[in-house]
This record gives sequence, structure tokens and C-alpha cells, in this order.
Amino acid sequence: MGGGPAGAGPSGPALSRTAGPAGLPRPEPPAGRGAWAVGRAKLRETVTTEPGRLRILGAVLAGLVLAFGVLAALEADGRASAAANVVGRSQPLSADAARIFRSLADADTAATSAFLAGAPEPATTRQRYERDIATAARLLAKASGHTGDSPASAREIEVLNERLPVYTGRVETARSINRQGLPLGGAYLRYANQQMTTELLPAAQRLYDAESGRLDRDTADARSWPYAALVLGLLALGALGWAQRRVFLRTNRVFNHGLLAGSAAVLAGLLWLVAGYALAAGRLGEARTGGQESLAVLNQARISSLRARAAENLVLVAGGAVLTDERPGEDREDKYERDYRLNRDALLATLGRAARLADDPAGREPVTRALEQADQWKKRHTEARRLDNDRGDYESALALVIGTRESTSGSTGELFDQVDRALDLAVHHEQGEFTRAAEGASAALTGLPVGAAVLAGLGAVGALMGINRRLTEYR
Amino acid sequence: MVLCAVAAGCGPAGGPVAPPAAHGTTAPAASGGSGAPGAPGGGTRAPGDARASARTPAPGCRTPEASLPPSRADGPAVAAIKKRGKLVVGVDQNSYRWGYRNPATRKLEGFDIDLARAIATDLLGDARKLVLRAVPTDQRIPALSDGTVDLVVRTMTINCARIKKVAFSTAYFQTGQQVLAPKDSEVTGFNRTLTRKRICTAETSTAYDAVKDNPFGAIYQDADDGGPGDRDRITVPNQLDCLVRLQLGEVDAVVTDSALAAGQAAQDPAVELKGKPFTTEYYGVGVKLGHDDLVRRVNQVLVEYRKGPWLTAYDKWLKAGLPGLTGPPAPKYRSR
Repeated sequence: MGGGPAGAGPSGPALSRTAGPAGLPRPEPPAGRGAWAVGRAKLRETVTTEPGRLRILGAVLAGLVLAFGVLAALEADGRASAAANVVGRSQPLSADAARIFRSLADADTAATSAFLAGAPEPATTRQRYERDIATAARLLAKASGHTGDSPASAREIEVLNERLPVYTGRVETARSINRQGLPLGGAYLRYANQQMTTELLPAAQRLYDAESGRLDRDTADARSWPYAALVLGLLALGALGWAQRRVFLRTNRVFNHGLLAGSAAVLAGLLWLVAGYALAAGRLGEARTGGQESLAVLNQARISSLRARAAENLVLVAGGAVLTDERPGEDREDKYERDYRLNRDALLATLGRAARLADDPAGREPVTRALEQADQWKKRHTEARRLDNDRGDYESALALVIGTRESTSGSTGELFDQVDRALDLAVHHEQGEFTRAAEGASAALTGLPVGAAVLAGLGAVGALMGINRRLTEYR
Repeated sequence: MVLCAVAAGCGPAGGPVAPPAAHGTTAPAASGGSGAPGAPGGGTRAPGDARASARTPAPGCRTPEASLPPSRADGPAVAAIKKRGKLVVGVDQNSYRWGYRNPATRKLEGFDIDLARAIATDLLGDARKLVLRAVPTDQRIPALSDGTVDLVVRTMTINCARIKKVAFSTAYFQTGQQVLAPKDSEVTGFNRTLTRKRICTAETSTAYDAVKDNPFGAIYQDADDGGPGDRDRITVPNQLDCLVRLQLGEVDAVVTDSALAAGQAAQDPAVELKGKPFTTEYYGVGVKLGHDDLVRRVNQVLVEYRKGPWLTAYDKWLKAGLPGLTGPPAPKYRSR
């Protein structure tokens, strides 16, 4: 370790000294052994004389400081790019996966609504269906370009790409048969819904889970503390302190400017590192608890709401055609009524959770509104079922579910739309919160890699200059 | 035509004429699946009650389709309906041509609906005093027992297991399990031509039991029937789903009762009924047990209905998919 420049001078005499006692018949000692011997002698001289020791000290100090700088720069760069990934890549991908999921569920809901309204179906509902399918297809194409390192996501995207056209085919068949006045159309629609529920939505759910997992991993990466750099920084600072004390004890000079400057640079680097990380980790923590978790719950609530609405429509489309499977101890009931009930209960539960997670009034307000409307929806649905089941008044029940041709006012469809809109607002709000916090995290790490490198460089120069100042006193 | 002496002889497409005595053995086997046709499931059987009776007819139950003699005399049940001024009838809304909601008009219509109207007109003098209530298969008997509906006119098969829980009118239609396949199919009926073919039936239906008893080497089950991985391809929730699978080429043939198969054939000109019905079943109007006056009154309506309106309704709703019938099955009456 005894640095090149430090050992360069005395190397000549050292060699002659080893050669002397070795005046043996053998003309030349083996090259390896000679070099080893030379090195050992050089080292002995270096550690036994003060200039030699100073040289070693200088080299150790400069090395420590530089190592701290390199490590801090590398780690800061890793964290900064992880934070940038959270904002620029994994969060948008996770949001896109959520939108694919939602578009598919929304398409199914719109398809059942249009079917129930009968021919000619309302233009807005038809457009909503077409827009949903287009959005899902576009986002799937986009997502398939970003799955390079995630085979699981690629597989789900493939399933969705393959099966979505089959789904739309069934919906269109249902629609055209329904226009001929044949009940077979309803059977096609139920088959389409079955495919959506058992194939497409589970694949979309898995895609969303995979992308959320990636987001979680990136967030965790960006939040992990750079322990190695911190330890090395403290070590460098300690070594610089010890060197100053050593100089003070030998020369009674309180200040060695070089060493002092080096210490200051390392200390600044350390503080920057700690502050930058603390800030970034804090903002990411905020993004996670404030945004990410709320977003996950809100997305879940939207899916539940969409599926409850599709099931509610299908109760009327199917008219008791499908009952639940026989299970011991359970009465069979209308399958779609049970689907509705399960999703409605999930909606109410997740909305309750979302209200608890919302950390500011702007986020809480739409959630509370959605909760009230979902409650109303539940009551009105019960009323519609009473009309259809107990009174045999299908027309009134239908009006209560989809409204009239002119308006949806007073229908469960209107309440569903309000729930959906309120949830959309809430999602936007939380998305904004998330992006702000995550961008804050990214900003907190800006300049840190370069800064750490530059400060370490300055620190190393300072340390060497301080040691050199002492060395010159021996010339 | 009107009073066919032997019910089986009036069978669809001129089925083989069996002597009345034969009913004791064939009818229970045929109509055994108590859920039979017309269920939302197109013959969904209520859990547990069918298989036993299908194989071992209850003692003393040889002709379950024999009902009380007709009468116009008012009793407590008829009086209650007249006092209320409404007749509540449980019907199906998913069986094309029998009881279904027309997507264009959103009204219920079909053969069963016309019969319900005729009964309401006779009882209350006005078909508008009829209240139609959609009743799922499993709810037919409970709805009668708890008084939710006065009658059930819903492709309801008369069988030995059911007559213990509910009373029936005389038979107003004869049907039986039959094969439905594309017109150009190699399948010719319920026979060897089904080998290695995929046969669609409604889950837990009489049709499913019939195919399971005699599968002719056909495939008639999904990989994970009833389990979480059940794709509902070959056994489906509702008989109409079979036509969807048939059109999509996921199955090769359908087995359901001829009345419902006719409803399917009427929705797709590319499919037809193959061969003859291989079981014999009767539809009757369900009445709450003990409402004898109402049973007699409905039987009286049916006496008149068989004379003309029956054929008119048949021509209107069923002839296209189920051609060749000349009249309803003859009523059979119990001595008491």
C-alpha cells in the first residue's frame, strides 16, 4: 500500500543493501524472490521513518475520502434513478394497468346497459363501450412495449390481446340477435360476461398486481439507506480527525488547513447525503401511504362498482335463467343477484377504507360522496328487485334500473354514474398527490451524485495538501 | 284429436302409440328428473328429489298426470282469487316460444303465457287481471306453497316426486328428451351417431341424467364440472346456453326436452331436432296442494282450451320449431 511516489526515492539503496549480504556464488537471485525482498525492505523503511509514515497516512486518507465519494455517488445515482423510475416508469405503468382493468370492467358494464336498454341502444352507452374497448386495446399495445424485464406481465398482456376480440365478438353477436327479438341474444351476452369475469378481468388483475409489485420494489429501492457510503464517510471523517490530532501532538500546531478543508468537504458530503436521503425517503413514504395505497383502494372500489352495475343489469337480462351452484346448506339463488350483492358489499367496504386512508379534505370529500350514493344505490336496487320479484312489475323495475329513454334521473344507473364520477375525482386527486410527492423525492436527490463526487475530490485534495505541508518540513 | 284416448299416442311427431298401461313404467322414468324442462336451467332438477323416483316409481304412482275431474264449482281457493280480483301466475321469462320476454316489446309472451291468459279470462272475465311473475325453477313449488302465486304455468313436468308437494292440472303438453344438432350433422338422433361427439346439456337437468345413463361414447362433461375451473362449455347453466355453444362450435349436439329444443330451433334455422323424443313427459299447471276447487276449475278451462285455442297457440308459437303435432294429449282423470 505504501504509495508509488512515497516509496520511489529509497528504492535504489534498498536494493543494494539486500544485494550485499547476499554475496553468494549464485549470480542472480530468482527474480520473484528479489522483488519480494525489495518490497519488504522498502516497506520497513517507509513505516520506520516519519516521512514514510506521513506518506502512508496521506495515501490512506485520500483513498478513504475518494472511496466515500465514489460509493456515495454510485448509491445516490442508484437511488435517484429508482426515484425517477417510480415517477417516470413504474407508477405510470401501474396506473395504465389499473386503467386497462377499469376499461375492461367498464366495457362490460356499458355492454350490459346498452343491451338492457334494447334497440336502438342509447348512443352514449354505445360510445362508452367503444371508447372502453379502444382504450384497453391502446393501453395494451403501449404496455406490451414496456414489459422487457417482466415475463409475467408479458404473459397477461398476451392473454388479454388474444381474448379481447373473442369477447367483443360475443357482445356484437348478442347485440345483433337481440335486435331480432330473440332471447338467444341474452345468452350470448351472459357468455361474454362469463368470459370477462373468468378470463379477462383476472388477467387484468394479475397484470395490475405485477405492475404494482414493480412500483413497490422501485419505491423500496429508492428509500433504502446508503449504509456503505455512510459508514465509509464516517470512517474517512474519523481518520481525518485522528490525523489532525496526530499532527497537533507532534507540532503543537492547532490547525492544518489542508486536513481541515478535507474534513469540511467530507462532512458536507455526508450531511448532503443524509439530508437528501431523509428528504427523498420521506417524500416517497408520503407518496406511498398518501397516494399509492389510496389509489389501490380506490381502483378496487371502482372495479367493484363496475362489476356490481354489470351484475345488476344482468339480473334483468337473465331473468332468473342462471342460478348459483348447489352448495350444502345454501339455498340456490339468482347468480347475478349474488354477484351484485358481493360486489356491492365489496364496494361499500373499500369505500370505507378509502375514506379512512384519505388524508386531506379534498381527497375525502369525493369518497364520502361516493359512499352516500352507493348507499342510496343499494336501497334503490332493493326497491327495483321488490317491484320485479314481488309485484311482477318488470317495466317499473327496469325504469328504476336504467331510467327512461329521456333521462336516467332517479335510476340506480344515475347513482352508479355518480359513484363512478366521484371515484374518478378521488383517483385524480390521489394521483396528483402521489406524483407531487414522488417528484419531490426525485428532486431531493438531484445533484447529489455529482455533488458527492466533487466534495470527495476536494476532500482528498485537502487531505493530501495537509499531509504534504508536513512532509515539506522534512526536506 | 281433441280427446286422444291415450296420452302417449298424441305424442309429438306421432310417437309410437303405447297402451295406457305402459305409462306406469315409462312415464316415471321419463319425467323422473323432477326439475325437468322449463327450469331456468331448462330442466334443472331440485336437489335430490329426482333420481330416486326416476328409477323406482313410488308405489301407487303409475300415472302422475291423472288429475281431478273438471268442474266450475267455486270453492275457497277460487273465491279468494275472485275476491282479490287478480290472478297471480308464476311463469318463465327465458324459454323462447313458451314464456319469454320479447326484447322488442319487453312483454312476456309464449304458449304458457297464452294459457295463463285463458285461465285468467275464464276466472275473472278479463285477461288484464292477470299478474305474471317470473319464478326461477327452484322457486316454483315454494312459490305455490307459500301463496306467492296462485298457479304455475311454466313448462312444469308432472312427476311422482312432485305430486306429493303440489297438485297438477291435467296434462296440456306432451314432450320428451330429444337431440338437437346442425342440419348437416352426422348425428341422427339419440343413438350411436353421438359417439365421440360433444353433447351439451343444462347442469343437473333430466337431459344430463339421461345422457349420463346412456352416453353412446359421447363427451358430456366439462373438465372440472361444478369446480372452480368449470368453464361451463359442455354442461351449462341454462338450456339456451347450449345453442350458443352449438353455434360457436364448442359442442356438436344438444339434448333437452323437445318443447325447449323447439324454442332453440326456432331461433336458428341452421339447426333441427334429430330423431324422436326418447322419453315421455307431460307439462301440467301447478296448483297449491289442497286447492282442489282451483285444480278442477283449471281442468275445466283446459277442456275448453283443447277444443281450439290450444291449436291456435301451437300454430302461433311452436309449429315452426316443433312441427307435426295435431293436438294436445288427452286428459286423464282420477276416479276421486
